[in-house]
Amino acid sequence: MGSREALEETTAAGGKTIDPLLQAYRWMLTARLLDEKLATLYRAGRIHGGVFMGKGQEALSVALGQGLQVTDIYAPLIRDGAGRLAFGETIHDALRNCLGSPQGPMRARDGNVHRGRPRQGYLPMLSHLGAMISVVGGMLMARRIQGKPVGVGATCLGDGGTSTGAFHEAINLAAVERLPLVLVIANNRYAYSTPTEKQFACHSLTDKAIGYGVDSHSVDGTDLMACRNTIFEAIDQARRGHGPQLVVADLLRLCGHGEHDDAPYIKDQLKASPLGRDCLEVAADQLLGERVATKNQIETIRQEIVESIETAVAEVSRESLPCLTHYDWCSLSTRRLADGVS
Amino acid sequence: MTYLNAIRDAQHHLLETDPRVFIYGQDVGEFGGAFKATKHLAEQFPQRVLDAPISEDAMVGTAIGAAIEGMRPIIEMQFADFSTVGFNQIVNHAGAFFWRTDVPIPITIRLPSGGTSGAGPFHSQSLEAIYAHYPGLVVMTPATVEDAYSMLIEAVQINDPVLFCEHKYLYYHLKAERLPEHSLPAGRARVARPGRDLTVVTYSAMLHEVLEAAHELDSEGIQLEVIDLRTVKPIDTDTIIASVARTGRLLCVGESWPWGGVNAEVVSRVAAEGFHLLDAPPKRINAQDTPIPYHPDLWSVHRPTARSILMAARELLRI
Repeated sequence: MGSREALEETTAAGGKTIDPLLQAYRWMLTARLLDEKLATLYRAGRIHGGVFMGKGQEALSVALGQGLQVTDIYAPLIRDGAGRLAFGETIHDALRNCLGSPQGPMRARDGNVHRGRPRQGYLPMLSHLGAMISVVGGMLMARRIQGKPVGVGATCLGDGGTSTGAFHEAINLAAVERLPLVLVIANNRYAYSTPTEKQFACHSLTDKAIGYGVDSHSVDGTDLMACRNTIFEAIDQARRGHGPQLVVADLLRLCGHGEHDDAPYIKDQLKASPLGRDCLEVAADQLLGERVATKNQIETIRQEIVESIETAVAEVSRESLPCLTHYDWCSLSTRRLADGVS
Repeated sequence: MTYLNAIRDAQHHLLETDPRVFIYGQDVGEFGGAFKATKHLAEQFPQRVLDAPISEDAMVGTAIGAAIEGMRPIIEMQFADFSTVGFNQIVNHAGAFFWRTDVPIPITIRLPSGGTSGAGPFHSQSLEAIYAHYPGLVVMTPATVEDAYSMLIEAVQINDPVLFCEHKYLYYHLKAERLPEHSLPAGRARVARPGRDLTVVTYSAMLHEVLEAAHELDSEGIQLEVIDLRTVKPIDTDTIIASVARTGRLLCVGESWPWGGVNAEVVSRVAAEGFHLLDAPPKRINAQDTPIPYHPDLWSVHRPTARSILMAARELLRI
């Protein structure tokens, strides 16, 4: 199986080659517009629980999803809508999980950002931050033990997640085993409302890599081309046997923790700083600057995406609800061992 | 053949017969484990008996990932007590994964459990109740050498996460002539001693305290029917109710703490499903509701003993 970019070339409509940078932008814009649609549905009472958006993190997210191969392992986090699309998730699956469709990847048993297809190397996140790192590591170790092609495993975390014991245990273990793991930290300055100065005392999160004996990379998370270069390099290093790679991206979350949060704690000074620029606008400028697309083409893409999202919402809305009669309340695959289940 | 050797031999058998099996835990490799439950296994299976850093959370996470990739990992916790560091991965990740994704997680987590003299608060705990509380987990508590062997093999073959609570006191104290060729399946309790006067439901090391009490009462013409649960989740309610139907009385004995737990669950089920069968209020005895004491004299009365079981049985039988 080739890389994502090779895949794009083979699947381009009408046999046309899609420029990888334009394809990255397309996924970013799809993620942004899908988030906005989800927010609307949430405010309309169609989505229960919560909606968590990736506004401001699409460039970083898409770079990881795009850099991985289909045989690699990907465990995205809360703000990785763009990366999920790039790794192969459909708009329909994202919507199904948020609208609670039994036809979704989690069959209405888990919702919103908690979605994945583990058999395809795409893991559904736990809310407990840092928990996915060791699971990705375990998949890599298993492939190594079995003598199979190991590939690369990648997962994402925010600045707050680096304070957990799970993060420490898992990155240390991955370093000891020298696993081909790429760990991408979106340092978006706030863990819910807690600023970074209350989260860690080191100068830079890349300093942590020194202590664990792993390589680190820094990148401007608002810059799509920089994110692609840095993350592709990190993936390549991991694939070449250089062990775990820690990527720290500086950016700012341009929304609340969830749609319920209007984020009054985000300082105006940060919003006005280079961290506060919108990665989607930066990416559009890069497309124009690189002559990859024109303004008209970008507008056409936007219209196509809006149409595909609206179509998907209509289709998913027609899917059945969970059937409550004779529901299978069995939490074990070994039915005979399920306590109290006949 | 000791209980400990049975565990070691079961793992040898599993490694030998199933290439999907590997053992991961602290000091399990060349050193052979803190209790030598993996002695010499790394010599024969160097790629599949692996030392882990002191990272219980990451060890269980690793096992979950390996299971997704089709392997059948055995995690050795050095002591059951330390499994609480990996609690999140066990209950929220492993336990919930099949329900959420339809992908089973066949992992076995060995928990060297229970008290031994002088072990103190953090090397003595029995955590079967807290794991049994969570959905998606099977919890085994073997009380015999035969079960230690056959149930561990079955645990690894089961397609779901299994907490295998092996009792440290039994490691060296319990011996058997030979390993079993046949055994009851997981989820089935065993009538360890038939009797007509009082049903005593127990599991793990407490089985042997109960059997000692039963032996003593037998000389007075009193017959205890002793049920070894073997698996505390699921609980074999049918076998318990059938016994209570014969005896009309119920005593539950467990080494873990009293609040909630296996004893409470058994009493609850018998009260709900077999109240009409009871001739007396059911009774339960557990350890004291304190951390486990260090001094051997304190420890000897902290958990139920044959003597305290005898007293409870006499009280129930009004003799």
